Amino acid sequence: MIRTFIPLAALLLAAGTATAQERPAQAVIDAYIKSTFGKASAEWQARIKPDDSLAVCNTTRNNPSSAESDAMLKRESARVVYPADGKFLGDWKKGYQVANNGRGGQFSDPPGTVAGGNCFACHQLDPKEVSYGTLGPSLAAYGKDRKYDPETIKDTYTKIYNSMAVVPCSNMPRFGVNKVLDEQQIKDVMAYLFDPESPVNK
Amino acid sequence: MKLPILGAAALAAVMIVAAGPLTAQSPPQDDSEKEIERYRQMLSDPFSNPGFLAVDRGEALWAEKRGAKNVSLEGCDLGEGPGKLEGAFAKLPRYFADADKVMDTEQRLLWCMDKLQGLDTKDVVLRRFSGPARASDMEDLVAFIANKSSEMKIQPQLSHPKEKEMAAVGEALFYTRGGVNDFSCATCHAEEGKRIRLQGLPNLSVKGKTAQETMGSWPTYRVSQSALRTMQHRLWDCYRQQRWPVPEYGSEALTALTVFLQKQAEGGEIKVPSIKR
Repeated sequence: MIRTFIPLAALLLAAGTATAQERPAQAVIDAYIKSTFGKASAEWQARIKPDDSLAVCNTTRNNPSSAESDAMLKRESARVVYPADGKFLGDWKKGYQVANNGRGGQFSDPPGTVAGGNCFACHQLDPKEVSYGTLGPSLAAYGKDRKYDPETIKDTYTKIYNSMAVVPCSNMPRFGVNKVLDEQQIKDVMAYLFDPESPVNK
Repeated sequence: MKLPILGAAALAAVMIVAAGPLTAQSPPQDDSEKEIERYRQMLSDPFSNPGFLAVDRGEALWAEKRGAKNVSLEGCDLGEGPGKLEGAFAKLPRYFADADKVMDTEQRLLWCMDKLQGLDTKDVVLRRFSGPARASDMEDLVAFIANKSSEMKIQPQLSHPKEKEMAAVGEALFYTRGGVNDFSCATCHAEEGKRIRLQGLPNLSVKGKTAQETMGSWPTYRVSQSALRTMQHRLWDCYRQQRWPVPEYGSEALTALTVFLQKQAEGGEIKVPSIKR
């Protein structure tokens, strides 16, 4: 009896440390979500229906397996739309406005609200701005530190357009894919990061 | 009620003085951090907390005869027996056999209004969040009920299978991303020492002091909103900022999240109503 008991106890202990709490069946979770958000319009419902990538992020708590990561990078890379004119940099002054604007996407926003990128909520950008968040890394001197390298510029556009094309289950919003920012807004934010005249690089 | 009230005007004056350094052009780490801490200290002075006005209003509402049955809420069972208020809030949300449901304080109050008083709760739910010239029965009642558990410890109820399910679903919801920004609760509340702009973010993904201090300080008087707010409002506002749809008041996902957060905060001391920015 003892022989069979010990491995079982060890197994239970190991399971206990691996997952703090067994994740309930998705159908159970979905029933709760429906109870709380089910009265919202179809358009709003669609926003909380996870796509293939987000579904993986949700079940793995942003720790996809290497196979899932590979599939995600491939899938999300295919969703990036680069500017047809090949230009990545717009107007840094307009880019600041986008970076500083936290409106958009909230149920309290009036219809037609132009969304911002709200970059300062999570990142340091202009080193003179004292009110910045720390959920993301500091982006002060971003372009300068990268020597305004054209390849890096393209990679940064990819990151802003679709963060999960670069980092699987990235915490950063997928601004282009989710249509939070349009192409021109992303170009302007890019200029805020890469223009030598931008306060970010001063 | 456990504490007397002093002038809210004095508090407002203190606020204006304290708000200055928050926008000053100085490095955020040293001087402004100290100023923010000083400001928080001033906010936590219970003798200037207008939240206790809500406690008083809630006490009167609790005893007021209302509804088709013209009875008060004094027969309402919040889990510790009809009319027993001491310590009830510390154990909510919990399973109620008569409703066959896990309920938080707000859900249970609405249930009592409906079943006990025969009160049409439509208007009560319409006024769930107070505003200028709009009192909220729910905020006042929860402030009164919660205050009866002040200085007690948070005791999450997790013995009933439905309570266990709530905790598990609440944990899963905490990590569920969505909305146009792909945000979950965990996006902002799963790491130590992070901020949005200058606002510090409690890490609620782990059990312990931060979760205890957070959950032990709701309901709270929000100075920026000039209103007493409960966890229902906190979660409503979190989902708004997460870019999710409007959550239904007193609904299952919100209660599940509350059960999970109470679990994270187990043993924390309740000091309510508190006062916050």
